Amino acid sequence: MVHADHRASFRRGVRLGVPFAAVGLLLSSSFGVLAVQAGFSPVQALVMSALVHAGAAQFAATSIVVTGGGVVAGVVAASLMNARFLAMGAALAPSLPGGPALRAVQAQTVVDPSWAVANNGDGTFDRWLLFGATAPQYVGWISGTLLGAFGGDLIGDIERLGLDAIYPTFFLALLIAELRRPGSRGIALTGALLALGLVPFVPAGIPILVAAAVALVGLAR
Amino acid sequence: MTDPSPTTLWLLILGTAAATMAIKAFGPVVLGGRQLPPAATRVLVLLPPVVLAALVATSALADGSTLEIDSSTAGVAAAGVLLVQGRHLLLAVLVAAAVTAVLRLLGLP
Repeated sequence: MVHADHRASFRRGVRLGVPFAAVGLLLSSSFGVLAVQAGFSPVQALVMSALVHAGAAQFAATSIVVTGGGVVAGVVAASLMNARFLAMGAALAPSLPGGPALRAVQAQTVVDPSWAVANNGDGTFDRWLLFGATAPQYVGWISGTLLGAFGGDLIGDIERLGLDAIYPTFFLALLIAELRRPGSRGIALTGALLALGLVPFVPAGIPILVAAAVALVGLAR
Repeated sequence: MTDPSPTTLWLLILGTAAATMAIKAFGPVVLGGRQLPPAATRVLVLLPPVVLAALVATSALADGSTLEIDSSTAGVAAAGVLLVQGRHLLLAVLVAAAVTAVLRLLGLP
């Protein structure tokens, strides 16, 4: 049975997820356009969005294959972009009940905004809020891919429209909410500088994973 | 450049999907179902700001393996000002895209 407070959390999650769903729709439209330009059929673009639901991974995998990098390199690049989900999953783990299979299924609902808004700030997460926030974003992600894949000619050049500025803005909104919590600013700045310093030297995606290790200073607090 | 074959693309799609699902499941499957020590909790509390800051920095200021400041950096900065003022995410996103598009229209990269 789903308790009343679970339902309330889920509904609050849905409300919090809707603005991110609208932004996700713009992002996934960009993905649909680029994927079809790269040789995907619209159905392939749609299946990728439905199964992966992770923008950075989808863009990375697609751009690698288009430039002749091959399937293995594409999957590796996507996995590197997704490496942050290892850190997010570790943080979320104690808040998910049930056996390993059930926890694995619940973990599939993690996308960046949902994970951030479901964070209680004390090391625990509200999982029903997480599920609720992901639901509209999933719908938005699929709808946007459909629009982009079938209507790419109407959208035109993504960079000319400034749509590439949306992805960092999306994460910036999540970051600014986090920075309102005490004790987070110095460590966020350290993580950002470390990640930027690593960019020229390691494959894309790795700087974020290494920067996550800065959180280990928590051991000394 | 020839388009990748449908088979190549299906392998890419299914491979990326399987890898993403495994990565998302890893933490909860391996670490879940038990109470973590307080020191671990102190680390977990710090993960969101660090990971998000690294994501923002690398997505706004880098392109692959090169650091790069272009029109989108200005667009994101303008959106950041609005977000700090507590304006709505959708407004910030539209301003980010508009500022970027106008600068590109003026011939900037």
